[in-house]
Amino acid sequence: MQDGKTEEMNFEEKTVDFRYDIVIIGGGPAGMSAAVQAYEDGSRSILIIEREKRLGGILKQCIHPGFGLEMYKEELTGPEFAARIAAKVREYGIKCMMSTMVLDVDQQLRVTATSSELGVFTVQAKAVVLAMGCRERPRGALNTPGTRPAGVYTAGAAQYFVNMYGYLPGKEVVILGSGDIGLIMARRMTLEGAKVKAVCEVMPYSGGLARNIEQCLNDFGIPLMLSHTVIEVHGKERLTGVTIAQVENVPGAGRVPVKGTEQYIPCDTLLLSVGLIPENELTVKCGIKLDPATKGAAVDQDRQTEIPGIYSCGNVLHVHDLADFAAQEARIAGAAAAKRVRELDRAEKEGAVEGENEPEKKIRIGLKTDGKVRYVVPQFITAREDVNVFYRVSDVFDAPQLTVTVENNAKDADGSATGEGTETLLKKKYLKLAPGTMQSVTLKKEMLERCTDGGTIKFGLS
Amino acid sequence: MKRKITCIICPKGCEIEADNTSGELVISGYACTRGKRYAETEVTCPMRTLTTTVRLPNGRMLPVRTDSPIPKSMLFECMNRVAEIKLEPVRYAVGDIIKRDICGTGANLISSSSWDPVAGI
Repeated sequence: MQDGKTEEMNFEEKTVDFRYDIVIIGGGPAGMSAAVQAYEDGSRSILIIEREKRLGGILKQCIHPGFGLEMYKEELTGPEFAARIAAKVREYGIKCMMSTMVLDVDQQLRVTATSSELGVFTVQAKAVVLAMGCRERPRGALNTPGTRPAGVYTAGAAQYFVNMYGYLPGKEVVILGSGDIGLIMARRMTLEGAKVKAVCEVMPYSGGLARNIEQCLNDFGIPLMLSHTVIEVHGKERLTGVTIAQVENVPGAGRVPVKGTEQYIPCDTLLLSVGLIPENELTVKCGIKLDPATKGAAVDQDRQTEIPGIYSCGNVLHVHDLADFAAQEARIAGAAAAKRVRELDRAEKEGAVEGENEPEKKIRIGLKTDGKVRYVVPQFITAREDVNVFYRVSDVFDAPQLTVTVENNAKDADGSATGEGTETLLKKKYLKLAPGTMQSVTLKKEMLERCTDGGTIKFGLS
Repeated sequence: MKRKITCIICPKGCEIEADNTSGELVISGYACTRGKRYAETEVTCPMRTLTTTVRLPNGRMLPVRTDSPIPKSMLFECMNRVAEIKLEPVRYAVGDIIKRDICGTGANLISSSSWDPVAGI
């Protein structure tokens, strides 16, 4: 397609094969939880589209414990946690299309998908929930110098091989990145008989949970080398080793290797655990703008994107620390989608003209950060009710104070706010804040009543 | 001896201190009773829940775990025992016992997922 016009014509030609009130893209913990919540809020026409044969998403390969503590107050493995939510999906009789790949979501809430059973087909929805999850940052994004031999995997790919197929990708392993998946895989590879020689972390701190450093590395005597990175990959056909070096933070140049600290480690496998990126191809194609900090859609307190009727939740919106949190967030989106459908149905019954029955949003208050706070979710607020705002910081801060201020808009469009100028809404002190731990604060209804329409709420650290 | 223990019970990861210099074990810095209990066993006999996989008849893997923690020192012995397990082509559900009292630990190895021999998933 060369221009917008051709694309538009294609949209017109689309025939609708199925109609569902709510279409959920992705059958992982977020997608399933959104479906369960929408059902519990009264929706009976819900479709989950999942590209794999089985519900559960990435949890299927996360065989380690640590799930469910928030939601079920007991410790479960990934498959058990997924099975709990999937049991609800089944109990409620929610329709799931498996082995089905969504190709396109448009702003008219039409979802085009394909499967070997049905071919290419289109579903018309009244609300679409994006719950596609995230992907690992691949090695290409790192630009590590050296050769390109076999034996370099993302930690999640190695996890898939080991836990789903029982293939051990290698015997002598170096892991780059100390995110939780990397730590979990250090233990998993060790238990399966591999020798994990080191976990290198470019930052001076680990992005993983303290419990995982303890039970995955310390339990097996695996060294965690902070402020270290892989500076060269060796080997022609198969990886033969890596050169690692200490890094220091040079102002203006970033983290650079320190001369004289290079070390060669022979190994046949390098696992990369260097971060996760929300998988938003469909979102971008739909014309939804992404927040450059979260790499997910910008959403309101209901997790609704800029496009009315399209919601985003779980790791496709922003990468969560725990599957529990992704699932809990999805319930917000599921509830909002169900509410939208109820309102649309009511408007239709009352005989509203088509196209005029979009639920009106009255206000818009933007949420901004100071850089030390790296991101906030939601990115804007459209109703003055209690809103739980999630945020992540950009670095490790000792004894910081979070200050939330509002810069009120002089031209208050709806005129119902009491505030003016710049006001402090709340202050909160912390012992420590780190990028690896998502935080949340509640903006109370009373606070938002002081914020004018068109105003900006700023999250800053001092 | 004073010892710092990072609690692994929940994602909070509390720094707990175990001190037996007075002859009596004193645990401090925990946020819940489960954390206190964890620190107590950690200084006497460290225990871990083992999670691993067992091969299914179709070549795929069934995730399994012990239904209670086992001594940390026995993890590898149990891994070797798990590798010998041959699963029958029957239905498995979450919680099904795969191996009773694995390696005399008193813990059962249970399935943490389901598998259907007809569907193969």
